[in-house]
Amino acid sequence: MSQDQRTESAPGGAASEGEREALLQIEGLRTWFHTEEGIAKAVDGVTYTVRKGETLGVVGESGCGKSVTALSVMQLVPTPPGKFEGGRILFRGEDLLEKNLEEMQKIRGNDIAMIFQEPMSALNPVYTVGDQIMETVMLHQGLDKAAARERAIDMLKRVGIPSPEQRVDEYPHQLSGGMRQRVMIAIAMACDPALLIADEPTTALDVTIQAQILNLMRELQEQEGMSMLLITHDLGVVAETAHHVAVMYAGKVVEYSEVNELFARPHHPYTIGLFRSLPDLASEGERLNTIPGIVPSAFNFPSGCRFRTRCPIATERCAAEEPPLVPLEEGAEHTVACHHLKEALEL
Amino acid sequence: MSTERSTPMIEVKDLRKWFPIHAGVLSRRVGEVKAVDGVSFNVGRKETLSIVGESGCGKTTAGRALLRLIEPTGGSALYRSTPDAAPVDLFQLSQEEMRARRDDLQIIFQDPYGSLNPRITVGNAIGEPLAVRGIAEGSELQDRVEELLKLVGLRPEVANRYPHEFSGGQRQRVGIARALALRPKLIVCDEAVSALDVSIQAQVINLLKDLQDEFNLSYIFIAHDLSVVRYISDRVAVMYLGRIVETGETKQIFDDPQHPYTKALLSAIPSPDPSKRSELIPLTGDVPSPINPPAGCHFHTRCAVAEERCRESYPESVDLGAGHSASCHLLS
Repeated sequence: MSQDQRTESAPGGAASEGEREALLQIEGLRTWFHTEEGIAKAVDGVTYTVRKGETLGVVGESGCGKSVTALSVMQLVPTPPGKFEGGRILFRGEDLLEKNLEEMQKIRGNDIAMIFQEPMSALNPVYTVGDQIMETVMLHQGLDKAAARERAIDMLKRVGIPSPEQRVDEYPHQLSGGMRQRVMIAIAMACDPALLIADEPTTALDVTIQAQILNLMRELQEQEGMSMLLITHDLGVVAETAHHVAVMYAGKVVEYSEVNELFARPHHPYTIGLFRSLPDLASEGERLNTIPGIVPSAFNFPSGCRFRTRCPIATERCAAEEPPLVPLEEGAEHTVACHHLKEALEL
Repeated sequence: MSTERSTPMIEVKDLRKWFPIHAGVLSRRVGEVKAVDGVSFNVGRKETLSIVGESGCGKTTAGRALLRLIEPTGGSALYRSTPDAAPVDLFQLSQEEMRARRDDLQIIFQDPYGSLNPRITVGNAIGEPLAVRGIAEGSELQDRVEELLKLVGLRPEVANRYPHEFSGGQRQRVGIARALALRPKLIVCDEAVSALDVSIQAQVINLLKDLQDEFNLSYIFIAHDLSVVRYISDRVAVMYLGRIVETGETKQIFDDPQHPYTKALLSAIPSPDPSKRSELIPLTGDVPSPINPPAGCHFHTRCAVAEERCRESYPESVDLGAGHSASCHLLS
């Protein structure tokens, strides 16, 4: 948790050394919910890639489909009402959507692990934290009880919990919020997963604790060479942690880029609007820029470009034609889904 | 500014809120949680004072005790409705008198879902304060409600709808309209924009600023999001374990923080600019329990520069000039 660690792990440096191999590729994923009120197209054609040893930050407002995409990867979406209507989720080249229940159970926990926003509700209150880590390694790695306990203590130590020999026998309610999130990370990391999905891992935490947890996650990622899919609404967290960023809006990725590039040169009117509504970047006394209106309902997305109803530069073409997610220029990594890139730059 | 400062609208001195701890079969009082333990601050007219700190620092309790939504244990809160009015101590008023004073003193809550009754139309929710206080009724009440809805950027037709038909941002606008109904002078905004998405949050912040200009409102803005605080406040008070550790103008606090806790808190904010990664001042451990706060300076258990005297006595507030002060032994 040293300062050097933080600067060393600065994203951008690693990414510019050239393309790393893809670990998780989501292609045109559609996860819809069939409800009495109609079809909610929560995820409707999402494409992004998580590379080995890298963090992909997925940002967007509530209801944009960022969490449902992650749950789809883990196949934790309740079906019904959820249904995969198309696309592929390639993990090490194999489509997870074609796996059966048993195969998925082996992948979950072993290869892909997940941590959630609310550590209190994600932990079982009637088991000690040790039991909950031991369960994972006994189930997935076939360790016996004594070895599993050793492993649990070792994991608690690795996530920076003081006096782990004592803490291992404590219940979740005896721990603070930050400690609980450390326990969640310990459970998720216990089987050395190749991919860690973190869904708003620090949103419920105070900023000083958030800084500790983000540092811990960065450190563990570096040591283990693990990949991370970080879902958040906080652009600050993304800027400090991610190598690449996917910006989602209304069930789709509208912009994807390397993190420094995205923050320096956002192209999609939504991304630009989002950055401008941050109080951090506004000068004193200046009014905050806002994106007018509200996020459209997943039951009834606008035709064509889904952002057009809130977009200052939308034209008739935006209503008629859905813009594809395409590279800014030939071969560029930075992709944007907008018909009016030139006009957007003048915003 | 200086005239406003000389006659603050509200002067809070030594505000305390201790919650008793009961234990055992007989529920004997075995101690207390000193949630707010001697907090003093002033709010001027048309001024925004932010109270910031981590969860459990007592910022919400301080806001609620000031409005007597929970009864304070001690201290005083001198309130002047106009600059020339004789000050009244809010904490000495009877329930009845306090209820009348709440026309001037309102609150907006964090959770726009929990703070509106799902069975009451938003029109009735907004009109209720006016009806209860007997200020308006019938068509006059309706007109007032419509006017308030327009004021917060909602269409007047929505008065007959129920809260579930609104998005989070719209519900927060309803909460603001309700708080404005009695033309208050001061609004306590308790994490009022924390639950909102970035783009919606910006809309509500702009609305709060516009309303402040239009009605000369004062705000006590209770928040943990420091970037919002920096943007909206005139002055900031930083709380740690029930006490204010540093207070000053927004610029002083953000550009020249003096207390080690303020410095650590500021450095922990993730900057939304990957090229300007903040230098983290590591703050280890969690906030200690307010049931049993550390002896001496409450912060010494997490402080990188703590000395022997920090473990022994609580530091006096040190005046750093121009309204800036901090409670740290190393400054004296």
